[in-house]
Amino acid sequence: MGNHSDGSPNHSGTVATAGQHEVEKFQDPGLPPHRLRLADTDPKAAKRAERQVAALFATSVVGTVIFLVAYFAIDLGDDSSIATIRLQNALLGIGTAFAMLGIGTGIVHWAKALMPDHEVSEERHAIRTEDDRQAAVRIVDDIVEETGIKRRPLIRNTLLGAVALAPLPALAVFGDLGPRPDDKLAHTMWAPTDGKLKRLTRDPDGTPIKASDVTIGSAFHVIPEGLNELHEGKLNEKAKAVVLLMRLDPASLNPSAGRETWGYNGIVAYSKICTHVGCPVALYEQQTHHLLCPCHQSTFDLTQECKVIFGPASRPLPQLPIAVDDEGYLVATSDFKEPVGPSYWERDEHERSINS
Amino acid sequence: MKALSQKRRHPLAAIALLLMGLLLTGGLYAVATTVNEAKASTAEFTATDTQEGEKLFEANCATCHGMGASGTQDGPSLVGVGAAAVDFQVGTGRMPMQMNGPQAYKKPAQFNDTQTHQLAAYVASLGPGPAIPAEELLDEKGNAAEGGELFRVNCAMCHNAAAAGGALTRGKFAPALADVSGKHIYEAMVTGPQNMPVFNDSNISPEGKRDIITFLKQIEANGSPGGADLGALGPVSEGLFVWIAGLGVIIAFTIWLTSRTS
Amino acid sequence: MSAASTAEAPAYVANTKVGRFTDFVDERVGGSGILREFGRKVFPDHWSFMFGEVALYSFVILLMSGTFLTFFFDPSMAETHYAGSYTPLKNVEMSVAYSSSLDISFDVRGGLFMRQVHHWAALLFVASVAVHMLRVFFTGAFRKPREMNWVVGGVLLILAMAAGFTGYSLPDDLLSGNGLRIIDGVIKSIPVIGTYISFFLFGGEFPGTVIISRLYTLHILLVPALILLMIVVHLFMVVVHKHTQYPGPGRNDRNVVGYPLGPVYAAKAGGFFFIVFGVIALMAGFFTINPIWNYGPYDPSPVSAGTQPDWYIGWVDGALRLMPGVISGFHFEYIIFGHVLTLNVLLPALVPAGLVFTVLFTYPWIERWITKDNREHHVLDRPRNAPTRTAIGMAGFTFYCVMWAAASSDLIATHFHVALNDVTYWLRALFFIGPVIAFVVTKRVALALQRKDREIALHGRETGRIVRLPHGEFIEVHAPLDEYKRYKLVGFESLAPLPAQPNEHGVVTRKENRRAKLSRWFFEDRVAPATPAELEAGHGHHEAVEAGEGQKTLSH
Repeated sequence: MGNHSDGSPNHSGTVATAGQHEVEKFQDPGLPPHRLRLADTDPKAAKRAERQVAALFATSVVGTVIFLVAYFAIDLGDDSSIATIRLQNALLGIGTAFAMLGIGTGIVHWAKALMPDHEVSEERHAIRTEDDRQAAVRIVDDIVEETGIKRRPLIRNTLLGAVALAPLPALAVFGDLGPRPDDKLAHTMWAPTDGKLKRLTRDPDGTPIKASDVTIGSAFHVIPEGLNELHEGKLNEKAKAVVLLMRLDPASLNPSAGRETWGYNGIVAYSKICTHVGCPVALYEQQTHHLLCPCHQSTFDLTQECKVIFGPASRPLPQLPIAVDDEGYLVATSDFKEPVGPSYWERDEHERSINS
Repeated sequence: MKALSQKRRHPLAAIALLLMGLLLTGGLYAVATTVNEAKASTAEFTATDTQEGEKLFEANCATCHGMGASGTQDGPSLVGVGAAAVDFQVGTGRMPMQMNGPQAYKKPAQFNDTQTHQLAAYVASLGPGPAIPAEELLDEKGNAAEGGELFRVNCAMCHNAAAAGGALTRGKFAPALADVSGKHIYEAMVTGPQNMPVFNDSNISPEGKRDIITFLKQIEANGSPGGADLGALGPVSEGLFVWIAGLGVIIAFTIWLTSRTS
Repeated sequence: MSAASTAEAPAYVANTKVGRFTDFVDERVGGSGILREFGRKVFPDHWSFMFGEVALYSFVILLMSGTFLTFFFDPSMAETHYAGSYTPLKNVEMSVAYSSSLDISFDVRGGLFMRQVHHWAALLFVASVAVHMLRVFFTGAFRKPREMNWVVGGVLLILAMAAGFTGYSLPDDLLSGNGLRIIDGVIKSIPVIGTYISFFLFGGEFPGTVIISRLYTLHILLVPALILLMIVVHLFMVVVHKHTQYPGPGRNDRNVVGYPLGPVYAAKAGGFFFIVFGVIALMAGFFTINPIWNYGPYDPSPVSAGTQPDWYIGWVDGALRLMPGVISGFHFEYIIFGHVLTLNVLLPALVPAGLVFTVLFTYPWIERWITKDNREHHVLDRPRNAPTRTAIGMAGFTFYCVMWAAASSDLIATHFHVALNDVTYWLRALFFIGPVIAFVVTKRVALALQRKDREIALHGRETGRIVRLPHGEFIEVHAPLDEYKRYKLVGFESLAPLPAQPNEHGVVTRKENRRAKLSRWFFEDRVAPATPAELEAGHGHHEAVEAGEGQKTLSH
């Protein structure tokens, strides 16, 4: 590319450590002469600076008072309005800001205007001298010699072994941080209990949904029947079981072989948990039939069984097979046919065991 | 014979179009559901309203939505969309649309309240659809907390938990809900304008919708207790603020601090 | 060294009460020696040296405000019904952690202020650490003897991010809960052990009932303790090395020029703590941060549009957004020997962050290897005088910023009225070409600035004064620099490529050849500083061209 030294006489470029010979460099002229400040020469200016510093410290006192008044005079009773809280917050902020900035700017102004501003030069010292290094080596040699660790390999080796094994209990005690995963991720609450199919119910109130309630273009956020009555692990179950229920023109759905009966008159139910990293995919565009995840923008096409058409997800959303019971309510005919949510190492194994 | 059939062709054709429209969009709607029937709506509209509305429609809307609102390539059929859809789309200025694009923007309404009312009357007369909500559902005196829960489950993923709006695919977006009237929020829920899903009365009950409106109006009136809300956009605007304003002010102080006093 | 010698010394007795007290302590801790060593220690002064202090002070403010918050916060995930004063959440089912966070915001006097101080200080803490590291990188302050302190700084950056993330999750609101869910999804993508790590972290399935209290322990005990430890190590090394200084007259690698610690520097640095506190207090008083009451309690079903992490995790989230899951039919999630390899999550979560931190931690050694430079450097490089390094830094920064921007792709789409998908496509392209463009542009700009410096050093500054010469020519008068200002522009070392050198056996190794190639790439484009000879020649040049009559006007 060439040398851009603009006719510099030195372009041999063989030494990276020193570009120029000393003679060809400008000599360091040393520290520039000290320039006096106004306050150094004019006693009036100094007096003025002094008063300014004092005024800044006084502002700080005012700030402290504002804080205390705001804290004690405004009482957050039971019926405190948002406006009161906002007022108090702003006053506490302004009080603290004045109190702190008053002290801070006061001290700095004092230092800048009144304290000596002569720049001084100090020599750097070697971080390590050769003398120190030799002394340290001698000391270490002596220590090693006195322990006799080199002469007594038996002691050395047993100690190494002991030290290597000693942390194991520390690791072991963390073994109960959580249970083993087993196949917990493969099953959800939708599996029928004692042969009774679970109804699809509204999130959050848990009331069952009739097929006739689901009109074209509508989207229902669904939880399984009985979820709200769980006493333990409610959120864990909900995290796997949430479903989005939508109705489309049956003609626009293109169910693949074996999935024809998973919907009901154009009503389909898909897991809301993104197959990417698990955000709820709840943004349903009723005209384009796209589902969008708000976290990472994975887009799923409902008319292609929720195939990924954009974004970082790789796998379609799992479909929940549904039907209508005697009373006209929507029910899940089985659990999901695959684990829901983000992928994990054992997922494929679990999927195979679900379908076997 | 010929003369007779020619005479009759006109009304028959209109009926046929109407039926087709029903089948295309509102068909299953009307068949499969008993919800959202136009309760009080027809009573509110007089025959004059309908006639005036038809004239307005033919002059302003028929280019895209077709004669008899049966739809064309440029605009969907409006048979069965109900008075609520018209009141929402025209009342918020989204219709008439300025230009074709991913979605219609909210803008100053082009028709006054009477005209909007007349247009709504005409479209409502074409087929049963969601009506303009009754006043008592818009009184903002519902349960804000329950409305908040419904809002978070059904609306927040598109409109943002603080109703600040959000992006959809390919240029579409869910608008912010501040400054939107309770009536229009209600109508949007029951009609599902553009890509918004429909939340019919069996999905979210009228009382639930009232709660949602109460919640939205309450958080809007409250404002943010912590000071300026930075657009309620979450960590992005906070991060931007700390980098630009926070660090900016601090850098200004450091420059002052290390500069020489004259 | 014995009792006898101490006894012989005349005992010092202080005159005042304070003096006697000080003497008592001093005799037992040896304070005089410390003061003698450090009391007048010299610190160079420059605004860009203050970011480390901003970070330190933010951390102190975090400790203070955080302590207040712990008095009221309850990290339990037990279910409760909100009974506080915020009506839009009245009686809503939520965790105790979220409920107590709301109580801090609405029912503890000054609690909201403290929460906002804490969160703003946290954002500022990580931001100032980042800016401090950028300053250190671009000025070459990581060179010998400071390589290890650079690494300590990198560790501090990671710890700062960890502190921020563990704190972000504590209120157990919808936003942070979805953040945790994303973390869970990323953890599950780890091959072989991912599922187990997830179950161990969450104490079972997500979200479980223990994660908040576990993060709380990390957030208020382990992470701050490690940060404190690292700060001590960091500052200890700063004392050992003494501070670097910008090049200028009177400054070289053997001295340090600045103000003595007492009184000027101590006053400025001490006063600056109050200034940083004041600025944070202003932000906390007037600008809402993390309005948890908007988000509602965590529930796995809802999510809010615009779900983003705090800014410092944004780049990783952005990388997750940019990665396509499927490229022309190839699914990045594929099955290998019956197990699932989730590359569409693993790659973006690990590769960019891995790349950035690997380069960050190893860069001092990379440059050291290329230059074979084993000297101590205490005088900084102006970024323009190390064009390739500056360009590498800007390329890395751009790489980071593209991912960072990607984390707000949805907000870019809505606020600039462009399609979300297009934003992603553009950023995907920029992910690859952005750093290259940044490298080339930065290097050219740096070289251009160096040429400008040469120009000014040789011909003086443009005064803006146009003079018409007697023969009709118009010229702009250049004011020559005084020698101090000129030295600032010319007093730097311009490294040239170092060709491959044979080793002790007289062989040029492959590795040495590679090094030489890199050295050429690093230093072949260079602008050497102006020399006295050139200045002389320049004056002659002027005289020759402008001829005698213009000479008088020109020299001013």
